[in-house]
Amino acid sequence: MSSDKEELEVSIWRGDDAGGAFEDYKVPAQDSQTVLDVVSWVQQNTDPTLSYRYACRVGMCGSCAMMVNGVPRWTCRTHVKKVLDGKKVTVAPLRNLPVIKDLATDMDPFFDKWVKAGGVHHPSKTRDDPIEPINPKSIARSEADTGIECINCSVCYAACDTVTGNADYLGPAALQRAWTLYNDAKDADQQTILDAVSGNGGCHNCHSQGSCTLFCPNELNPMKAIAGLKRATATSLFKRKK
Amino acid sequence: MLDMRLYMLQRITALIMAPLTLGHIAVMIYAIQDGLTAAEILGRTQGSVLWFLFYGSFVVAVSLHAAIGLRVILHETFAVQGKALSVFTWSICLILLAMGGRAVWAVTAV
Amino acid sequence: MIRPHRSHPLWFAFILHRLSGLGLALFLPAHFYLLSLALTAPESLDGYLALAENPLVKVAEFGLVFLLAVHFFGGLRLMAMEWLPWSGRQKSLAAGAVAAAFLVSGTFFLQAV
Repeated sequence: MSSDKEELEVSIWRGDDAGGAFEDYKVPAQDSQTVLDVVSWVQQNTDPTLSYRYACRVGMCGSCAMMVNGVPRWTCRTHVKKVLDGKKVTVAPLRNLPVIKDLATDMDPFFDKWVKAGGVHHPSKTRDDPIEPINPKSIARSEADTGIECINCSVCYAACDTVTGNADYLGPAALQRAWTLYNDAKDADQQTILDAVSGNGGCHNCHSQGSCTLFCPNELNPMKAIAGLKRATATSLFKRKK
Repeated sequence: MLDMRLYMLQRITALIMAPLTLGHIAVMIYAIQDGLTAAEILGRTQGSVLWFLFYGSFVVAVSLHAAIGLRVILHETFAVQGKALSVFTWSICLILLAMGGRAVWAVTAV
Repeated sequence: MIRPHRSHPLWFAFILHRLSGLGLALFLPAHFYLLSLALTAPESLDGYLALAENPLVKVAEFGLVFLLAVHFFGGLRLMAMEWLPWSGRQKSLAAGAVAAAFLVSGTFFLQAV
């Protein structure tokens, strides 16, 4: 239990797309305090111009991810006590995305890549058809289920060094979305998905560093999903040749 | 930067090299005993069609494999892209092929 | 030095694979050049091969065999991960690849000395 007088030493990155630097703040420690609470306290009590993004505060919306001590995390579900280095914690905007201001990044490239990866539903039926029953225990459905809890927080995208080095690379979240749709019995166009993830920035660029899987706050496994896409694209190549 | 084609080429050359590498390591462990001499190496390899095919396919596979691997490093670490990247990839591949082919010829030709 | 988001076993496996591959690729031209001396200048090839008696060269050779072995076993792990049914034990497999590489290159070293 921390007393009310205890203070955290918080370094927050301040700046915009032109550059910036860390600035230090003192924040009173509290029980059950999240990193987002700390950032909010600074904005509400020290500097109202601090920009950051959040919405639900319960780990559902995926908008509050930031680099905490150099590691991407969902700040609303990260207890500051768990990441404190002594009394210190640093908070920075997500890697691999352009900064708008302070802790708020431009998520456009991240979401654009979802579409590029074939991450839109390709309908197999019209509204007039009866609803197709899906066996929840089928292998494909079980595989699709492993990826559907993604909250688009971009933690995996920020963790991935392949994204850093290769601007075209679609990234773990978008590829996992493609893998989910590929395994969805209600998606009508699996080959379109495989083609979308086989281009210059596709799944084949992944080096299986596994940072995506390690840091995913919902404990999803994009590395496994991308391996699945590699396998599916390779087998489809041999099938098509026949 | 690595499309399906290059990825498959990288993996297929790796699969080809897997048994060749094991063989190469086994030969090294065997040959290094009591030191190396040119006569010993050439005595084993000269005039052997088998060694020519073994090391010949090794050289072809490794030239492609290394060129693709270096291509990835050039792009991800040194931000080389577009035409320059293709030129680098092919140059590396051709240089390794030429040097490797010459080496294989040197130790297997009679 | 290693940034926090990289400080985990599979990232180390990645960097080991990349650096071993880079090292081998840079070594290849020298390797090929030396062997082609058999054709052009057999005496100087023997001169180079005699260098291998130097303990430092033996350690360097061990290093090269380790690079080859660790790239080999690490590559097998990656291809198994991508093309065989999924295994969740990637960290153990990566550690196993390094151990196997030490075993092979250690065997080579013991034969060399």
